[in-house]
Amino acid sequence: MRTILAVTRKELRQIRRDRRTLLIMAFVPALFLLVFGYALNFDVRHVALAVEDRDASPESRSLVSAFVNSGYFDFVAAVHSGAEAERLLDRNDARAVLVIPEGFGRTVTTGGTAPVQVIVNGDNANTATAVIGYATSILQTASAGLPGAATVQTLPVTMEPRVWYNPELRSPLFLVPGLIAYLTMLMSVTSTALSIVREKESGTIEQIRMAPVRTFPFILGKTLPYFVISLLSAALVFLASQALFGLPMRGNWLTLTAMLSIYLLGALGTGLLVSTISETQQVAFQIALLVSLLPTLMLSGFIFPIASMPAFLQGVTHVVPARYFLIALRGIVLKGTGAFQLLPEFGALAAYAGVMLGLASLRLARERA
Amino acid sequence: MNAIEVDRLSRKFGAFTAVDDVSFTVRQGEIFGFLGSNGAGKSTTIRMLCGLLRPTSGRATVGGVDVAGDPEGVKRRIGYMSQRFSLYELLTVDQNITFWAGLYGLDRARLARRREFVLDMAGLRGREHTLARDLSGGWRQRLALGCAVLHEPPILFLDEPTGGVDPLSRRQFWRLIDTLSADGVTVLVTTHYLDEAERCHRVALIHGGRLAAIGSVDDVKSIFAGRPIIEVRAEQPVAAMSALDAMPEVEKTSLFGTAVHAVLRTRALSIEEVRTRLRAQGITVETIDVVPPSLEDVFLDVVDKAQNARPSGGAAA
Repeated sequence: MRTILAVTRKELRQIRRDRRTLLIMAFVPALFLLVFGYALNFDVRHVALAVEDRDASPESRSLVSAFVNSGYFDFVAAVHSGAEAERLLDRNDARAVLVIPEGFGRTVTTGGTAPVQVIVNGDNANTATAVIGYATSILQTASAGLPGAATVQTLPVTMEPRVWYNPELRSPLFLVPGLIAYLTMLMSVTSTALSIVREKESGTIEQIRMAPVRTFPFILGKTLPYFVISLLSAALVFLASQALFGLPMRGNWLTLTAMLSIYLLGALGTGLLVSTISETQQVAFQIALLVSLLPTLMLSGFIFPIASMPAFLQGVTHVVPARYFLIALRGIVLKGTGAFQLLPEFGALAAYAGVMLGLASLRLARERA
Repeated sequence: MNAIEVDRLSRKFGAFTAVDDVSFTVRQGEIFGFLGSNGAGKSTTIRMLCGLLRPTSGRATVGGVDVAGDPEGVKRRIGYMSQRFSLYELLTVDQNITFWAGLYGLDRARLARRREFVLDMAGLRGREHTLARDLSGGWRQRLALGCAVLHEPPILFLDEPTGGVDPLSRRQFWRLIDTLSADGVTVLVTTHYLDEAERCHRVALIHGGRLAAIGSVDDVKSIFAGRPIIEVRAEQPVAAMSALDAMPEVEKTSLFGTAVHAVLRTRALSIEEVRTRLRAQGITVETIDVVPPSLEDVFLDVVDKAQNARPSGGAAA
């Protein structure tokens, strides 16, 4: 107990003086939160729209206003030929073109069906899909108010979609939990690995080995401060996301803390394992980045859905702890999922932590003999 | 009572034998020098004695405790300091002391008492709040020594403790070692500074993992009994060296800075005779004297003998 206390105090004092580490630990989360929260936004707003209105009737003008008033489209130009529209699309001055054919007004007022054309720039598939979705919904709403609506509407079954938990489909709500998983993993793996390898480099670890101190309390004393710091930093990111992006908290704080703690334990174990296979801080940092950053970013479902990965990669995701943590985190925060339903995820995270800490202590024990 | 007893200790790393059948004892309160070039087996021996490395065979006790049987018990009885002066650079003098005291389980009252002792010993009064990284080499070295003796260990291991420190600080450091020894602390020190070895009560020379010589500095030098050493300073040292080598009475020569040392097989050859023979070959002799053997002479002699012995068999361990 005395050892743990002595080591923890020493570690905290070192962290306080080590400006670089402090800076990284304070600014990286803030920076990532801003970048991911604001810049990485899959929501499509203010699509530049060009309009080729060949009809020029009150009905066609009202359709154009429906597009502009929706808030999704910004009217940028009225064009008078297909060639002109194409030029705007090529120069990226317009991302979509609405073409209303001649006779549109007459057809719709007499209860007929009139086609309109929407040309969408498909160079970004995600955006294009979103634009088509918006256009379809605007056109549906507009059609409903027209005289032909009653006769045209012949479908006996209609779909009325409701999106739960994130009704406006806002990206931050989807991304921020991933960001929390990502940041805590990155920070705890690198900081643990570096703190041990630093002692290898300076030779202090040799001096510690000469002291009547067991490995376990020493390691515990060293990782405890990083555990607490990571926990605090995750809490800060979480609170900031609530303030900035309106991230809800529909579940239980206790469940969340338990999940976060077991996830962090696995991360610290990973950091320890990395420290046993590297002799210099540089190597340790690179390995730590490789094992924490890539899988958490690519293979956890943070950005890319696991369900759309090839079977082999889907298999790999089963050993990425962030995968389970994300399911739990999104569940607790967005859906208010209860602790009991998350037992499988908790079990998977506990298994990961157990394996990592076990491997790390095996290797650490071998280093002593 | 012997503080350290080493009996036929060996350590192999795969096919390589780092320490080969080494035996010696160190008395309580003794300053025992462990000499040898890099890779001779000094550090491996120390690591085994500190309970860090298990011996492949043989036995050793430190403070009466078996190093293989109870390594933790050994660690409680020893202090250790190496040339890297393993201090925490981002901690102050005081914080370093507090940390090591905590690791060795010193209580509050004892820490307060030992802290005073270390500050006085290392001359660090008034610098309690200086960061370790801002201390000069000599101070860091003395602070490291202070941290190593915080828990008042009866036995102290110093692994090349004076590496990279200026001569004045080295002298101050050795004065501290003498004080500790006078207080009954046993000190086992490795060094490759032979002037430092002269300050040890007894020395052991290790070469190729084997103990090549052991005893007081005078004992060790007695291998030169009946083999006088002459020191020649000449304007042409290299020519003088080959001329000396050509004389049948000369066993071997070596360069010591700008001087040549020649080991003679017999006392029959006078230095006047040597001067005459050198002059006959056109070599201008500046000075020529019979000199007492230094530890460096001993060391070179031992290494030569070991190397001559190896290829002809005998040392096929």
